[in-house]
Amino acid sequence: MSAPAPDTVAGLPGGAGPPVAETPRSHRGRWTPYLLLFPGVAWLLVFFVVPMAFLASQSLQQGSIETGYSVTWHIQTYGDALSAYSSQFIRSLVYAATATGLALLIGYPLAYAIAFKVGRWKNVLLVLVIAPFFTSFLIRTLAWQTILSTQGPVYSIVNHTGLLAVLKWVHLVNSDQLLSTPFAVIMGLTYNFLPFMTLPLYASLERIDMRLLEAGNDLYASPFTAFRKVTWPLSMPGVVAGTLLTFIPAAGDYINSKLLGNPDTTMIGQVIDGEFLRVLDYPTAAALSFTLMVTIVIIVVAYIRRAGTEELV
Amino acid sequence: MVALLWTLALLDAAVLAYFLIRSLVNGRGPVRWLRENVILIIAVLSFEYLLLPNIVVVLFSFNQPNGRFNYTWTRFSLHAWQHPCDAAGMCSSLGLSLKIGLVATLAATVLGTLIAFALGRHRFRGRASTNLLIFMPMATPEVVMGSSLLTLFLSLKIPLGTTAILIAHVMFCLSFVVVTVKARIASMDPRLEQAAADLYATETQAFLRVTLPLVAPGIAAGALLAFSLSFDDYIITNFNATTGSITFPMYIWGAAQRGTPVQINVIGTLMFVIAVLAVLVGQTLGRRRRV
Repeated sequence: MSAPAPDTVAGLPGGAGPPVAETPRSHRGRWTPYLLLFPGVAWLLVFFVVPMAFLASQSLQQGSIETGYSVTWHIQTYGDALSAYSSQFIRSLVYAATATGLALLIGYPLAYAIAFKVGRWKNVLLVLVIAPFFTSFLIRTLAWQTILSTQGPVYSIVNHTGLLAVLKWVHLVNSDQLLSTPFAVIMGLTYNFLPFMTLPLYASLERIDMRLLEAGNDLYASPFTAFRKVTWPLSMPGVVAGTLLTFIPAAGDYINSKLLGNPDTTMIGQVIDGEFLRVLDYPTAAALSFTLMVTIVIIVVAYIRRAGTEELV
Repeated sequence: MVALLWTLALLDAAVLAYFLIRSLVNGRGPVRWLRENVILIIAVLSFEYLLLPNIVVVLFSFNQPNGRFNYTWTRFSLHAWQHPCDAAGMCSSLGLSLKIGLVATLAATVLGTLIAFALGRHRFRGRASTNLLIFMPMATPEVVMGSSLLTLFLSLKIPLGTTAILIAHVMFCLSFVVVTVKARIASMDPRLEQAAADLYATETQAFLRVTLPLVAPGIAAGALLAFSLSFDDYIITNFNATTGSITFPMYIWGAAQRGTPVQINVIGTLMFVIAVLAVLVGQTLGRRRRV
């Protein structure tokens, strides 16, 4: 048994895994691969793809729980839902993008240090990156309520150094506390998804051939130029995988905004959850959920095109 | 708590001061030292950021709060450790999460490993679309997966609850098992299997005695990942649960509104310690085998 660390991540989207080795034993009968695939693929088709169709269909229905629903192609649901919740929608994307940027800023030096600077401590530190995962996501997010509270040193440091004023000025903090602010939500998102950023970065950095950097040195590249021209481009698969693995869950997350935020930091996931489970307005909820899915797919495809990594899995 | 954070901050400052003074003494200059070690400094601070909440969870498992919420340090107590199941409903939710986690892990690991072998060992029509199908659940926000499954179950009048949760968990764990096992298969040396064939092993023998043992660490890692994903999931579970199927994360979510019993921190601490030990033991064993 080993940690689900670099090996795992190497296979994730964008991870530059080696091409699949074709062995001589790959001709054992035409139907073998399909038999192997069948149960798992069927499961994904029935419980992932088909539900998407049901979600799309639900968003085009009208009716109520008592009288039942029927498909009326009422496109207007989308317009109404989006104009009612556009601020939550945009906020989710902005928060997720900010958290992803911060995670990249923190995760890159962290992954770089683990890959190149710590020698034999590598494995221990990798375990430490994954270790927080083992305590429930929710318990750890609750712990931030304690850490950020007004009695704590984080607050007094931020307050005394004038950082609080800066945070207020950029509207990340809108009262005299750190909890229940946009700052706390973005901080929480960054924290929760940082390992998802760090591990793919580590996986692609670790694979870099150090001789390339030495060659750069020999050709009179400054350390900065060598980084910009050699290390950074070679770590691109990790950057793409890491940013996607951070952005996608962060955009749909509402645990951080609920536990660390206030009603003005509501994200779209919270709205979808509420419409489905409390308001019971299924068409609106489904329209929002489907729009989120389509938005994410568009962003992911555009991003992968732009980053030039066609290799998906 | 406050003392802990101050201690940590002071410790950081002290270590930094030590190195800066040392660089002054041996004449290399603090600016140069900072420039050479800036990445390590950021890394150390990042680790503190990552692990601080875990330290808080452990410490607050020894707290005896005054009110219903365990957010401020009051006094030391072993009460929660001696009576872990005193928090009403917590242990049954924990039991349900463990049960769902184990069953979902077993199913997802078997189905995922089969897919990984098909993708890693065979060339066939539909490979690219299979890869896309495996990738999609990982690129879908949980709230979309949870809500779309809910519309499926509602439309087909399938009752929500433990079975619905299990179906959902197998679905979202599956892809992670596939990529983990596939990465392991791809990194294997195909010559080992050829060697087995050269030594007159039948296909079955070669698979059971060469391939499977080599892939086993990947399968174990995939299973561990699946279990931790299932055990920790709140969003998807919440869409498919009923009041009769409260999992551990759902229990914590409820507690965050009503009052957080200290026992939550006891479980959080135990999970952390057990998992870290398991990983360390696994790595040690793995290293020994390789040598």
